[in-house]
Amino acid sequence: MANGSLAHEVSYLKYEGKHKGIAGWLLTLDHKRIGLMYLMAILLFFFVAMTLGILMRLEMLTPGETIMRPSTYNSVFTLHGVIMVFLFIIPAIPAVFGNFMLPIQIGAKDVAFPRLNLFSWYLYIAGAILAIVSLFTGGGAADTGWTFYVPYSIRSAQNVTMTTLAAFVLGFSSIVTGLNFVVTIHRLRAPGMTWFRMPLFPWALYATSWIQVLATPIIGITLALIILERLFGIGVFDASLGGDPILYQHLFWIYSHPAVYIMIIPAMGVVSEILPTFSRKDIFGYKQIAISSLGIALIGYLVWGHHMFVSGMSDASRVVFSLLTFLVAIPTGVKIFNWVATLYKASIKFSAPLYYVLAFIFIFSIGGLTGLVLGALSTDIHVTDTYFVVGHFHYVMFGGMGIMFFATMHYWFPKVFGKMYSEKIAIIACTVIIIGFNMLYFPFFILGYMGMPRRYYDYLPQFQGWHVLSTVGSWVLVSGIVFMFGNLLYALLKGPKAPMNPWGGTTLEWKVPSPPPLENFEEIPVVTGGPYVHDKPTYIMHPGKEGLNGNGVVKTANQENAI
Amino acid sequence: MNQITELVDNSFIFTVTISVILLVGITAAMIYFVFRYSEKNNPKPDQSITGSTTLEILWTVVPVLLVLAMFFYGYEGFREMRNIPPNAMLVKVTGKMWFWHFEYENKKTSDTVLVLPAGKDVRFELQSVDVIHSFYVPAFRVKEDCVPGRTNHLWFHTSTEGVYDIECAEYCGMNHSYMLGKVKILPEKEFLEWVNKVDTVKKSDSVSAPPTGNVKTDSTNNSQVKTDSSKTTQVKTDSTKSPVKKPDSLKVNRKDSIKKNK
Ligand code: HEM
Ligand SMILES: [Cu+2]
Ligand SMILES: [Cu+2]
Repeated sequence: MANGSLAHEVSYLKYEGKHKGIAGWLLTLDHKRIGLMYLMAILLFFFVAMTLGILMRLEMLTPGETIMRPSTYNSVFTLHGVIMVFLFIIPAIPAVFGNFMLPIQIGAKDVAFPRLNLFSWYLYIAGAILAIVSLFTGGGAADTGWTFYVPYSIRSAQNVTMTTLAAFVLGFSSIVTGLNFVVTIHRLRAPGMTWFRMPLFPWALYATSWIQVLATPIIGITLALIILERLFGIGVFDASLGGDPILYQHLFWIYSHPAVYIMIIPAMGVVSEILPTFSRKDIFGYKQIAISSLGIALIGYLVWGHHMFVSGMSDASRVVFSLLTFLVAIPTGVKIFNWVATLYKASIKFSAPLYYVLAFIFIFSIGGLTGLVLGALSTDIHVTDTYFVVGHFHYVMFGGMGIMFFATMHYWFPKVFGKMYSEKIAIIACTVIIIGFNMLYFPFFILGYMGMPRRYYDYLPQFQGWHVLSTVGSWVLVSGIVFMFGNLLYALLKGPKAPMNPWGGTTLEWKVPSPPPLENFEEIPVVTGGPYVHDKPTYIMHPGKEGLNGNGVVKTANQENAI
Repeated sequence: MNQITELVDNSFIFTVTISVILLVGITAAMIYFVFRYSEKNNPKPDQSITGSTTLEILWTVVPVLLVLAMFFYGYEGFREMRNIPPNAMLVKVTGKMWFWHFEYENKKTSDTVLVLPAGKDVRFELQSVDVIHSFYVPAFRVKEDCVPGRTNHLWFHTSTEGVYDIECAEYCGMNHSYMLGKVKILPEKEFLEWVNKVDTVKKSDSVSAPPTGNVKTDSTNNSQVKTDSSKTTQVKTDSTKSPVKKPDSLKVNRKDSIKKNK
């Protein structure tokens, strides 16, 4: 690829290599441009799925038909779920900010396999296009819910085959990205960056990537079996052909439970970046946080059965799965305690990214704690498949991962685009989001305990009050979100130029210009200490100029080769 | 009071109480620190604080104990749910798109309305003839899926007379939200009268064997929906006549009014 003086001086946004204009983006091998292309696509789908969410809430405003018919509603929640899970939340932080920041944070010029990286973006787009095409072909938009439970998914006349295929392709995109990150982290860390000098965001990506590589193939096979079952009636899952519908649920959740950690661990990684920066001090319990990511990833493999407590699984396995589920709560709790402790005796600069993180800690704690109700056998049996579960997973997925996606956008916005946004508006927007969010989703817990099942187009009259409150909440929430994006968009066009290190961050991305040059670093830096040390420098940015390269601190051969 | 309901509610209250304490603690500490240690109030951060083994152990061990207690509470209620009294009366429940079918020990059948005697233990055998449904009676805090090809179990004690909702809790297609029913708990005498009355509803009308292959309902061949099992039918849902057409099914009218729109 391009070398010479230009590549480490000109911003990646302006640099013109072999291809210019739009081709310079679509054919780019630069991890930063690929990250931005993911951002565009992911935001687009987020807005589509958010609109679907609003429409669902509108339908639930009154019992009976409000704006759509039952079969439409069923397709809308399926589409909302599929887009939010496979096109937004799984790729959001790793594919956008992981791609952008991981190489910079570990002192590399790019990921280990830049071409594979671009390929995985195309896989993502291919999956997305398949999902869109599935809406208008065959029997129309799938109506199975994002879980594709058999035998309904086998019998539905809608175009479930293609939607499943879309999820299958998206799975490969996820696997390829995971593989790329694992190799990048193993091979491309700058000299001196030992495992325990690595920032916590790369640590989180490392744990996530392993889950992506090891768990995603299972969903691939499972979805492929559904397609075969629909096309040829092979009878693996269909009871009327001798198959077992429960087997499907096991396979589905063996992937999809770890997948919730694919969603949340990267978000936790960013929390661990933002807190030390705005606290002006080292994170509390660095090693515990790093290790607990791996702990969550490991135990997370063993708890899938908690989604099946009423499916007819044996009593013994229900008890074991319940116990294991409670254990996975522990490393998560440890993280939350460490984050709060980081603020102790800090010198806190209050600003938008930090505010989003505080909102995250509050909302995500509610999500996690309501998870305990779902982990306990007797209470789960009552509230599973009700709005309680819908409330719980919006609190953890949207309140956890979604809000952290917003925090991440604010934290790294100056670095990615080289512009500053209005702090004041960002903070007002966040306040509106917090209020709207709780108004929208907190009633779900009450509805659920009252016995309102999920995926219901219509409801009994006793539930209406809470449904109305929730729908009004959805309007508040969306106003906040639109306001927030408006602020960022305005900054993108008219914002003042961002300095290299607006927040006083200590990790490597704050030591390169905003926006970073194509090759990130003039010279590969040398690392001499931990990532969040505020009172002394722990990176040597120009080891060559300072004579270090000649002293046996070699630029690793891998780093050169990879680029 | 129904024992299962009590155990579930107690376990819920226990978990929620601890959760609220933790949530308030975490949030209060967080907000307090943000003000107390702001740039203004504390210009020099204490760089020496990077962790504490004592605290790490403390906030690992205490939560472990708490969650073990929650686990145990949940398990206790569950044991009761699975501990089916040996002399409980039996009702067979069959889920079918989109209504409930009940069969009593004396072969008496009923759709949608589940009539039970008060003060009795009742055991249910749950089955499905098409896709997965879930038999859910919120008032009794019990739920279990009806899975095609297997039989699941459930029981509860009918403590007090009254009418309670039955809902399908596992998504099963277009009219999932209309797959409702009622538990009607009568004094034992009235129940016996009801259950021993000669059945006017023929069982074969409502529940047929599971059809094979891709069974989908299609607007063009309504008549095939209830046809014999060997035929592969295409069922597209919106315009299908619902298979429920019984005077005693509560939700039928509503369903019909929706269908008329198309
Ligand atoms: C923007 C505001 C949002 C609104 C108004 C909204 C609303 C809803 C509603 C009403 C349901 C249907 C509940 C049911 O009957 O089962 C639902 C389901 C769901 N939502 Fe959201 N949601 C929003 C954002 C999100 C986000 C950000 C995510 C993911 C991170 C998400 C993930 C899901 C999933 C996975 C389902 C389940 C779909 C299914 O049942 O198959 N939602 N949402
Ligand atoms: Cu799970
Ligand atoms: Cu149902």
